[in-house]
Amino acid sequence: MLRLIARRFGLMMLIMFVVTLLLFLANEADPLRVARSVLGPYAQPEQLDLWIQQNGYDRSLAIRYLDWIGRLLVGDLGQSVIYKRPVGEIFWTRLANTGILAGITFVIMVLLALVLGVLAGMAEGSPRDRFISVLSIATTSVPEYASAVILMAIFVFWLGWLPGTSSMMAGFSWIEMVLPVSVLVLYGFGYIARMTRASMAEVMTTHYIRTAVLKGLPYKHIILKHALRNALIAPFTVIMLQINWLLSGVVVTEYAFGYKGFGALLLEAALRRDIYVIEACGVAAVFVAVFTQTLGDLGYTYLNPRIRFK
Amino acid sequence: MAEQTETLDMPVRENSLQRWLKAIALLRESPVGMVGGGIVVFFILISIFAPLISPYDPNANLVPFVTPFSTVDDKFFLFGTDQLGRDILSRLIWGGQRVLFYATAATLSAYAVGIVMGLAAGYSKGWVDEAISFVANVILSFPVMVLYVLIIATLGASGLNIIFAVVFASSPGIMRIVRGLTLDISTREYIAAAQTRGESAWFIMMVEILPNARGPLIVDFCLRMGYTTITIGALGFLGLGLPPPDPDWGGMITEARAFVMGGFPHMAIIPACAVSLLVLGFNLLADGLREVSLKD
Repeated sequence: MLRLIARRFGLMMLIMFVVTLLLFLANEADPLRVARSVLGPYAQPEQLDLWIQQNGYDRSLAIRYLDWIGRLLVGDLGQSVIYKRPVGEIFWTRLANTGILAGITFVIMVLLALVLGVLAGMAEGSPRDRFISVLSIATTSVPEYASAVILMAIFVFWLGWLPGTSSMMAGFSWIEMVLPVSVLVLYGFGYIARMTRASMAEVMTTHYIRTAVLKGLPYKHIILKHALRNALIAPFTVIMLQINWLLSGVVVTEYAFGYKGFGALLLEAALRRDIYVIEACGVAAVFVAVFTQTLGDLGYTYLNPRIRFK
Repeated sequence: MAEQTETLDMPVRENSLQRWLKAIALLRESPVGMVGGGIVVFFILISIFAPLISPYDPNANLVPFVTPFSTVDDKFFLFGTDQLGRDILSRLIWGGQRVLFYATAATLSAYAVGIVMGLAAGYSKGWVDEAISFVANVILSFPVMVLYVLIIATLGASGLNIIFAVVFASSPGIMRIVRGLTLDISTREYIAAAQTRGESAWFIMMVEILPNARGPLIVDFCLRMGYTTITIGALGFLGLGLPPPDPDWGGMITEARAFVMGGFPHMAIIPACAVSLLVLGFNLLADGLREVSLKD
């Protein structure tokens, strides 16, 4: 197990190395382009040259990469071109905002998906199973930007119950969270629910469940004590992988509702070529994704004794 | 000797048309799959006959802010018009054609790359496999939308760049599936037979392995068509999509978003429903195909 953990974390570091290298090359390979995006399109060639010299962009690529990694590790993310402030000042609040949005979504989504998936899977082929399966396909088919405008029309325009934007201008407000969270939950829960259903349905056909039924154990006991434990192993990996998907959905949803999170920041930075912000957001997104994937893999191995003892 | 072979009951190999008809007949066993297939065919037909059925020019400025089901100046607008007076039904039809075209082109290209990579990795194993799998791992570690935003914002928004971005982001996933299937299939006896006959590696991969891996790949293709449709819409929504003024659904939604609160929610809701319906079609079709293939 320890060796496995070491290997998985080794792979994670290797992926992070390649990803940071790619991000660095895509953004900073050409010093002149960096200088131009920092100083703006009207900068004179002499100014660009001066900037390149003053900021050490005349050094070799390898040195600059190592220097950049070193500064990232101590939390120096550079200066934002759009905001004229250190990236760190904006970045961490934005990341925390996204963390709040994604965290609330994640808890609701997983609970909803597990309950529905188990309810469907324990009675495979029943009308309830059919209904839940079709419901989870249907909601997964409505992309975030579509459900965002539909929900906005219903709850903001027609009913007037909820605010249409979630910019949190006057501090955190629960009511502004309702729409973004609903949009993300609606799109995301179906996949986990279907995985849980498949896993649960498979467990229900095994011999040990049949034995438990024939022994005359109460049905509730069989489901909660015997079936669930094994049925939830497979969805666990899917749930961890879902965090990667959630980060994708966050970009669209934050843009749709004007939520001040890191997805919206990344989009803005990418459109206006604010390279240090792009780099910070890109590294953060991949780090979260790779880290959760690694945890998912390790957790799955730990939970599933058939793999653990191989 | 010759007479004897004639009396033997030789299995007749059906031609490909017959096999397709049989597959469609099989799909009839899954009502969900039929509904999905029906939706997809409906959108394909609309795209093909767009010039015939579209009532107006999709970019013509007729009468702005017409609500659905109304007639203005002897012109009937089933879905109303947008802020520039363009007929929403016509934009929906032409936008659908554009979305379906780019989704198909992008998904097929991603499949071409993914299949070659997957076959190479799964069949040759060793360092080729390690190298391809590692590259796939690196790409898959990006949250997809982050990757799309980075690629399109760097390269610029155009149809070709969108296809490139989809190929870049989704071929690693396809590669993983093909690789898994190839690893499984290459242990079969008919592969050993082909190797003994001295067939080349490419012949074995393309003629012996690929056709036998088609089942799961067809299901995955339908799902991916759905994802790609969502992606193209999302890029349009974020302002990184197919260039205006020609319609695309995501772009229509984002342009109309400002007018939802102004009292014209239909402008955004109608394209939103169209995307969702098409994606639903692909997802149901994939589900039906999976169900049918498991029954076999």
